[in-house]
Amino acid sequence: MSRIQETVGPVAAPAVSRRKFIQASAALSGGLTLGVSLWGAGPAQAAGMMFTPNAWVHIADDNTITLISARSEMGQGVYTSMPMLIAEELNVDLKQVKVAIAPPGAIYVNSLLGAQITGGSTSVRDGWEKLRTAGAQVRTMLVAAAAQKWGVAADQLRAESGKVLGPKGLSATYGSLAEAASKLPVPEKVALKDPSQFTIVGKRTQRLDTPAKVNGTAEFGIDVKLPGMVYASLEQCPVIGGKVTGFNATRAKAMPGVIDVVQIPDGVAVVADTYWHAKKAREVLTVEWDEGAGAAISGDSMLKGIRAASGTGKVLSIAKKGDADAALSKAARTLSAEYTTPLLAHAALEPMNFTADFKNGQCLLVGPTQFQQGAQGAVAAALGLKPEDITLKTTFLGGGFGRRLELDFVLQAAQISKAVGKPVKLLWTREDDTTHDFYRPMALVQLKAGLDAAGMPVATAFKLTSQSVTQRAFGLPKDTLDPFMAEASVAPYEVANSQHDLVIHDSGLRVGYWRAVSHNANAFANESFIDELAAAAGKDPLAYRMAMLSGKPRFATVLKLATDKAGWGKAPAGRFQGLALMEGYDTYMAQVAEISVSGGQIRVHKVTVATDLGRMVNPDTVEAQIQSSVVFGLTAALWGEITLDKGRVRQANFDTYRLMRINEAPLIDIVLVNSTEKPGGIGEPATALIGPAVGNAVFAATGKRLRSLPFALA
Amino acid sequence: MSTSLKVNGKAATVQAEPDTPLLWVLRDELNLTGTKFGCGAALCGACTVHLNGVPVRSCSTPLSAAAGASVATVESLSANNSHALQKAWIQHDVPQCGYCQSGQLMSAAALLAKNKNPSDSEIDAAMAGNICRCGTYPRIRAAIKTAAASMRTA
Repeated sequence: MSRIQETVGPVAAPAVSRRKFIQASAALSGGLTLGVSLWGAGPAQAAGMMFTPNAWVHIADDNTITLISARSEMGQGVYTSMPMLIAEELNVDLKQVKVAIAPPGAIYVNSLLGAQITGGSTSVRDGWEKLRTAGAQVRTMLVAAAAQKWGVAADQLRAESGKVLGPKGLSATYGSLAEAASKLPVPEKVALKDPSQFTIVGKRTQRLDTPAKVNGTAEFGIDVKLPGMVYASLEQCPVIGGKVTGFNATRAKAMPGVIDVVQIPDGVAVVADTYWHAKKAREVLTVEWDEGAGAAISGDSMLKGIRAASGTGKVLSIAKKGDADAALSKAARTLSAEYTTPLLAHAALEPMNFTADFKNGQCLLVGPTQFQQGAQGAVAAALGLKPEDITLKTTFLGGGFGRRLELDFVLQAAQISKAVGKPVKLLWTREDDTTHDFYRPMALVQLKAGLDAAGMPVATAFKLTSQSVTQRAFGLPKDTLDPFMAEASVAPYEVANSQHDLVIHDSGLRVGYWRAVSHNANAFANESFIDELAAAAGKDPLAYRMAMLSGKPRFATVLKLATDKAGWGKAPAGRFQGLALMEGYDTYMAQVAEISVSGGQIRVHKVTVATDLGRMVNPDTVEAQIQSSVVFGLTAALWGEITLDKGRVRQANFDTYRLMRINEAPLIDIVLVNSTEKPGGIGEPATALIGPAVGNAVFAATGKRLRSLPFALA
Repeated sequence: MSTSLKVNGKAATVQAEPDTPLLWVLRDELNLTGTKFGCGAALCGACTVHLNGVPVRSCSTPLSAAAGASVATVESLSANNSHALQKAWIQHDVPQCGYCQSGQLMSAAALLAKNKNPSDSEIDAAMAGNICRCGTYPRIRAAIKTAAASMRTA
């Protein structure tokens, strides 16, 4: 199943999939290593001899059972949800297990993305069958081992709570059977439980990483310590992409604790005995730069370039149905509008960092990454090593949001370690992090609609002009549809004629995947524009949408649930509502924002979210991810903007790049559909919907249509 | 030169220069890595510790200001998660990525030390200096109320 078909629905299926590009690119980055060296954030190392019936389950002879998460824990709960899927079929209590994050390995590739990547709200969707099957395989092997040991038929035995039980009180722990089980063939076909038999999956479950995150023991990248480790602070060119032409390290080298000052491709690193010594010495380092072509970029020139490209660039078809042009020319009336979304930084709270130890032609990498295989391949290529000479251990991530898919900081740590011949922890400052991100691309969406005499759309035309992250990150060929850019471009509504186009324009600034990726720009445009059409038709935004959802029950259901729960049309005096609807990551979602406007300031009081994301693994985490996404998306909608001046990012710390605080956060009311559909992703979609929901509420409050993010009521 | 202070109830003597931010002394010299670095400018609260019982941003507090003083970090709440706030944080599964939570807990601990029954607006006022990029705010509010209730009945 290709992701993109799901995204654009029945209208059309582009000839490309996300998976294909990433897979091709990952193949280029070098081979994959197998073999398992576990790195647990908690005490994951098993005490005794460890056996590995398959890559997902390790059982020690002391009955320590370790389940593997092949996805990085960055807050979204995979440290719990991935083990839940395995444990469901392995028949172990979650309280009995330890969890470890997988090393790089072909077996751990995300089948939806074609590489070992944590992103795209894919973890549960990818793991749903795979991990339950893995658990069932190991259970079957343990039962077979017990059957052999006792000379009893396997069908006389059952597995529960980490033990195999048989007739006449026969009982053996998984640990005591593990060695024998690991020598048995892995059964190819195993029967999986019917969901009605689930005892773990779908139940509200306490996260397994919470205890370590409330007493300071959870290990993040910044907390890594290796014997003999030194610390690095890296001066990079203020214009991204600029190169060092010379530097003077005399004063820096005379500063306390400084061990060395070394040049690497991205800049000049000060290496010292403590982080603070490295940082202080960096302040007296002088570097000359060739700023390169990036110095010509400003925010205004970028938007002008995008706008020009929208008229002259090669038009790629995302989807087409009927004849939009003809229907537009015959429509009773037509409307058009343009929507823009700005550059954004990810602003994970843990600044970029990684620890590397290059020694004897091998390199150990420890830190927070969303892309194990990429880090391994990139460091191998840069240092002239084979991927199997790179050992990578993934810590907890202090936020990811797409930033830790990038490999710049991993490479830098490895290069510095090689240069100084010591284990090095590279830690960026907050200012480094904000000014050297891979930014969410600026986007322009142009929309047209033709309405019939009753005000209902007979045709819509959508055109997105923006930069392709996939071209940069995964080598997508020029003038080829970027499937990530098509996300949520086709709105939920039944319209007889529609055309959806994409123009890819490279603005020269490096760009990256940012939580909810293109759903953000596309849903902002589509869900604001449908509100504009409703207003033009003189109809209620809810009734107008519902009239176009008769054949789309999952959309209609969540829209009804959200508006019922929010009390649509019954906002308290002085409060105004706006709604938005979208499918993203196979998840159907509606949101209602309740706001007030005072003195030109927008205050969001309450957000109601209803969602059908198919079967859930941990409903409590589902709610947490919705809460998280709403706050994340609101930060962007109200304040988020990165601007450039002569190629320099103007924002540096949280005083200039504002993040939502507790006193600004709305109440969030969530309705979950008890769905039996296949699982959807929940880490991102709510991020994309809150912008248009708030914008539509602002229109209800003020009559002003805000078509540009972040919202500014001048 | 060395500086003496009390950290989590124990005497400590450290060698860092007096202008070194307390954060890096705690993390790199005393190996108390629960306290986190987020911004270096007292804007995010990830580095919040108590200095003589008062919450401070350790990234912007020089070691000299802590000389002879008593410092408490997240590790002081308890190692076995027996503190009322830790229990409430677990009950509500507050953390997501978890990176800001040490600072959140220390700001909450300072609030509850003064106010055993904080209102929503008192919680907001006490916690507004602590950014959570994962947006765990609804659960932080709920967990503080749970912890306050258990501390009132304790």
